[in-house]
Amino acid sequence: MNPLTPPLDVLLNAFPPRYTPVPDPEDEPTARMGFFTDTTLCIGCKACEVACKQWNQLPSDGLDFTGNSYDNTGHLSQSTWRHVAFKERHSEDGTSRWLMMSDVCKHCEEAPCLQACPTGSLIYNEFGDVYLQNDICNGCGYCVVACPFGVLGRSDEDGHAHKCTMCYDRQSDGMEPACAKVCPTNSIQFGPVEELREQAKKRVEQLQERGRESAYLYGADAFEEYSSLNAFFLLEDHPNHYNLPEQPKHPFKGQGVRYAVGIAAGVALSAVSALFLARED
Amino acid sequence: MPGLGASFGRGAATNYQQDLANSDCILIMGSNMAEAHPVGFRFPLQAKEKGAKLVHVDPRFSRTSALCDLHVPIRAGTDIAFLGGVINYVLTEEKWFKEYVLDYTNAATIIEEGFLDTEDLDGLFSGFQPDRAQYSPSEGHWGYEERGSHQQDRDQGQSRDEARVSEQGPGQEAEPSASPSDESHVQASEIDTSHVREVSEKLDSRGVHGPGLMGGASTHETERGSAVEAPAGEPLQDRTLKHPRCVMQILRRHFSRYTPAMVSEVCGCSEADFLRVAEWLCENSGREKTSAIVYAVGWTQHTTGVQNIRAASILQLLLGNIGRPGGGIMAMRGHTSIQGSTDIPTLYDLLPGYLPQPIVGEDRGGLDDYVRFEGLPTGYWTHTKKFMVSLLKAYYGDAAQPENDFHYDWLPHLDGDYSQLPFFDRMARGEVDGYILFGQNPAGGGPNAGLHRAGLRNLDWLVVHDWFEIESAVFWKDDPTGPPPSEIKTEVFFMPAASIPEKEGTFTNTQRLLQWHDKSVDPPGDCRSDAWYVYQLGKRLKKLYEGSADPKDQPLLNLTWDYDQEWPHPLPDGQPSRIEGEPDIARILQEINGRNLAEVDPATGQPKLVGGFEELREDGSTACGCWIYSGCYPEPNLNRPRQRVRTANPLQPEWGFAWPNNRRVMYNRASADPAGRPWSERKKLISWDEDQQRWVGLDVPDFEPDKPPEYRPSLDCTGMDAIAGNQPFIMKPDGRGWLYAPGKPKDGPLPVHYEPVESPVENALYPHQTIDPTTRFFEGPLNSLAHTPTREFPIVACTFRVTEHYLSGPMSRFNSWLNELMPAMFVELSPELAGEKGIVHGEWATIISARGEIEARALVTRRIRPLNLKGRILHQIGLPFHWGFAGESVGGIANDLTSLVADPNVSMHEAKVFACQIRSGRSRYPAGQPTKNYTPWPQRNPTPDTPPASQPEGHLR
Amino acid sequence: MSASKPSAKTSTRQPQPFSPQSLAKGSRLQGASLTHSVCPYCAVGCGLNIYSKRGEVIDVEGNPESPINEGTLCPKGANVFQLVHNPHRVKTVMYRAPYSDHWETKSLDWALDRIAERIKSAREKGFAAEDADGNRLNAVRNIGTLGGAVLDNEENYLIKKLFGAGLGVVSIENQARI
Repeated sequence: MNPLTPPLDVLLNAFPPRYTPVPDPEDEPTARMGFFTDTTLCIGCKACEVACKQWNQLPSDGLDFTGNSYDNTGHLSQSTWRHVAFKERHSEDGTSRWLMMSDVCKHCEEAPCLQACPTGSLIYNEFGDVYLQNDICNGCGYCVVACPFGVLGRSDEDGHAHKCTMCYDRQSDGMEPACAKVCPTNSIQFGPVEELREQAKKRVEQLQERGRESAYLYGADAFEEYSSLNAFFLLEDHPNHYNLPEQPKHPFKGQGVRYAVGIAAGVALSAVSALFLARED
Repeated sequence: MPGLGASFGRGAATNYQQDLANSDCILIMGSNMAEAHPVGFRFPLQAKEKGAKLVHVDPRFSRTSALCDLHVPIRAGTDIAFLGGVINYVLTEEKWFKEYVLDYTNAATIIEEGFLDTEDLDGLFSGFQPDRAQYSPSEGHWGYEERGSHQQDRDQGQSRDEARVSEQGPGQEAEPSASPSDESHVQASEIDTSHVREVSEKLDSRGVHGPGLMGGASTHETERGSAVEAPAGEPLQDRTLKHPRCVMQILRRHFSRYTPAMVSEVCGCSEADFLRVAEWLCENSGREKTSAIVYAVGWTQHTTGVQNIRAASILQLLLGNIGRPGGGIMAMRGHTSIQGSTDIPTLYDLLPGYLPQPIVGEDRGGLDDYVRFEGLPTGYWTHTKKFMVSLLKAYYGDAAQPENDFHYDWLPHLDGDYSQLPFFDRMARGEVDGYILFGQNPAGGGPNAGLHRAGLRNLDWLVVHDWFEIESAVFWKDDPTGPPPSEIKTEVFFMPAASIPEKEGTFTNTQRLLQWHDKSVDPPGDCRSDAWYVYQLGKRLKKLYEGSADPKDQPLLNLTWDYDQEWPHPLPDGQPSRIEGEPDIARILQEINGRNLAEVDPATGQPKLVGGFEELREDGSTACGCWIYSGCYPEPNLNRPRQRVRTANPLQPEWGFAWPNNRRVMYNRASADPAGRPWSERKKLISWDEDQQRWVGLDVPDFEPDKPPEYRPSLDCTGMDAIAGNQPFIMKPDGRGWLYAPGKPKDGPLPVHYEPVESPVENALYPHQTIDPTTRFFEGPLNSLAHTPTREFPIVACTFRVTEHYLSGPMSRFNSWLNELMPAMFVELSPELAGEKGIVHGEWATIISARGEIEARALVTRRIRPLNLKGRILHQIGLPFHWGFAGESVGGIANDLTSLVADPNVSMHEAKVFACQIRSGRSRYPAGQPTKNYTPWPQRNPTPDTPPASQPEGHLR
Repeated sequence: MSASKPSAKTSTRQPQPFSPQSLAKGSRLQGASLTHSVCPYCAVGCGLNIYSKRGEVIDVEGNPESPINEGTLCPKGANVFQLVHNPHRVKTVMYRAPYSDHWETKSLDWALDRIAERIKSAREKGFAAEDADGNRLNAVRNIGTLGGAVLDNEENYLIKKLFGAGLGVVSIENQARI
């Protein structure tokens, strides 16, 4: 028997991982609501950004000319819950493409932010969306670092974290979220996630039939190490061009092994030092 | 929009926006639709999803280009060369729609002997008068051939059976009113008309001019244009299209040198790209398919603007795309009711419904002379007198009587060009005393805005109606290029205006659709609607002049001005309105709709509302404020612009009201073949029903509803009787679409490629005639020009819009949610040019034109590509024109670089192309500090009557 | 709203700790008055739904019934709320005297009376009944108005009627050219 085993067990039990697996969506009786953002229809108008700010009465983030194509809001934040990314792609033969994508909280099927939250402020609401309850957030910011997509931010105004609510207030009254409603070209679609997935897969097939071979879905199905996303995307280029990680990492997965390796290293170093000390004797 | 008016009869978008979804190919040119009209762009995208081809031809690769199947970059200001190339392709490849062209256009019509084309005269048409920089269409023989002197010649060129010979004599053109078209004309011809003839001769043409434009402010120096109209009745035709002077042959010769190679040389695009566009348009037009063209100010803001649109009109007529579903020309207009403000014009040379403002000296006989000059003996404009008399009754009420000529004489007459550009030119020279602005910002938005500000500084007084302290309101204190306030005499009144939810009324959108907007809440503080200001000002002025017997004051004293409503009236939430003295807007709309003064509606005790313009009379028994809107309020409780009913009919005829008479696709007679059958099942709209003996279909026929397709007028017919059953363009005297426009655009019956007034490039097509010879200049120290070809300013600049801002910024740069999206003035340039000039991406660059210089942040992007013009590399840059010195976000005014020049038709400037130079670094006149503190939240009050759980999430406190 | 929450509890997910506010969540449009309007920016003509409570606009959205925009808007249309609620909006009449370097606040009546007088005296100075050749003119050429493309048709009608047909002003202009 390995002499190191008993103390590791004790340690692991002392700090149980907060990660609790969430049941498979198929067991879920209520329909989950989500977004399907089809970037092939996006005209980069940013109506979603303004409609979101208007409905939620979010502040403007400042007047910073970034020079980054037509993207001057940069990224999602505590006060920007929809963000349109622009990427110019130019080839030597003179043809240009301009990729535009309206980014949003992914409302992950297994949301690390929710798992990181010590107060229970982050929950799955009855629509299956990840919702941050402002009234019981303590502002610790764990969720901010837990999110692999950089969605959350903490406000200097009130010290709390904020992110897209998928217009929980509107959904409660049977209305669709402001961004999906406002989108003039139907690039942002809202509905039950399962239905959206079906639609999205058909859309990819249709685009590929038309010769747009590069179309694919991002987040409709689970990644290698990460759950599927309830707000998923249809992209036509590498995810990195849309500021998305190719394979998002779950910050808590494999945490037990990491703890174990750390402790083992510590024990080993102690043993080695003990040996040296013993020799000096 | 005289380009459309000259071609089809009415200067407005032919179809409705939703109809773009039915197109098989859409050419977007002179428009950045996805950015400037994002919601309208839904429909091209829907068409694309159904398999249509979308093409964007534009100097810049924009968000529109990103969504199109093909983007063709061209040099700014070369649109006519490109379109002329497509026209030439259609003609040489014989791709034109034969049956459509033969019956529905003037392709077969024979033009007078003596007309010479730009191909004959190296860039000029016949009739040019160099000393006046004008054409004389009559000297140039631009008109239709008449019966008479050239009879033999005609006989040789055509078979007798096919030629339709006008019975009218040669005197017809010189004195059209001699034709006894109806009672009024008979009367008119009985009175002494010698002075009319004299004026007519002086004007060098018939006076007929205004109504036919139908949609454009026209320009007058000291005379009513030099317009030649087609003679009444059927013109001479050669339906074999072989006669050397028939329009088709003239067209072929005119465009023969617009070859793919020439297009490539002039426009800087590749021949392959050009040919792809031409092929796509041809493949997707015909019986089964239709193509549409979308344009905006990218076409109009040129000295050749009217002719750009003429070129598109010719192309669409040749391809048979006018009057049909999924076809047409969609003019995407820029302001919410800019269509309305030309229909009911706040324009100097038009009266409501495109009735021309009277011209000094041409109507010494009064109203009848006016009607003779401005009406037409055939086609719909026969009714000119009815419309004019009804308008005068609406204006002057009981004071307007038949015995006093309905006080036609009270209307101000024009003795010159009083449009914005020349008027500001005069203002800058101190010749204007007072000026009133209603929601317009010339200090930032006018071409050569610096000159506009100089104009404002030279006024005695200025009244500004607006929401925010825009550039035109604070030019005296915040203009970084201006003198100190102590040197500016202008007295300024700022009147705070009501915003859209705070007032009611109608807007007319880009598809001629009137939509009523309800008032939701009272405006805050002393804010008032513009209607309130004008109404109350009118009352005060009437009081000031009360008791005056001076003849000059009688129009004002007799002006009907009674729109009082009960006060306090309730708001939608039941609360009484706080605003006293708001005029009754519905009553104004009823006045616009028109009333039958002889009949009292028992329900209201008021004269009965008319059901449409067919009910208007010329005896003074009807009053109507704008005949083309007549029918919008036919009953006291039927405000049709306020109707919001969705039906199964895809044209949605019960959503709002489209002029004329709720027709959604104009000239829709052309959606059926000459015999009245649909061209195809797929492109069906209206057709002739033999059983019912009527035109039936989804749309209201833009045609006499019971005129059979086989109807042919006898040669002495006048009015609508002169329009045959196979002639869809009822506003035209010959009922046809005009491939060749004899005398309407003042710069020629056919479009010609001319270089912009400022261009670094010579005219490759007409080396001896670089620019449009009829361009009007206002040169002076404040408005110097870099004449073509300029070496000093080798870069081509164009101004453009982004989605996130609006015009010169009054409605966007005071709004934090929009400012954060586009926070600074920038210039788009290519990496090649940036490298050449040492300009660093994101850093400052200074752009210099002959008018001045501005600074902007450099946005270096490959979306702007240098053009290769036969080996010569030409750089272009793009400048958004949204910034100014007032507001939360301030920056260089692109319009400080643009010039004041005017096209001959509508005094349009040339902001979409000018010559400039660029260097790195800041300007000598750096942009000042914002005049308003950046405020992230518009307001942070809790929503009233709302529990905490339902308060907005983002108030963050 | 709490009635809808139990569905979350029937979920097989971990029990979710709903806060009091989450349990009461609802939209602020409950109880609001709805009026139909049209977007004041470009000429596409999008229908707007304006929601108000106690005389205050609380939300502006696209009208889903409109065949043109079907509920959608562009960023400017979505921003109409900020045209109403805006800290920079001027709510009183402001007056700048000749050569002055500042605004003064004035009453509506004061300003309208003064403007009417200005118009009258300029008209008295500039009115011309005839041109040099004795032709009828009846025109005032030293005053002008500019604007109309963002106004209602009825407002354009009043402007043209009062200034043109009533006063004889000829330079009545707006943004529209072609």
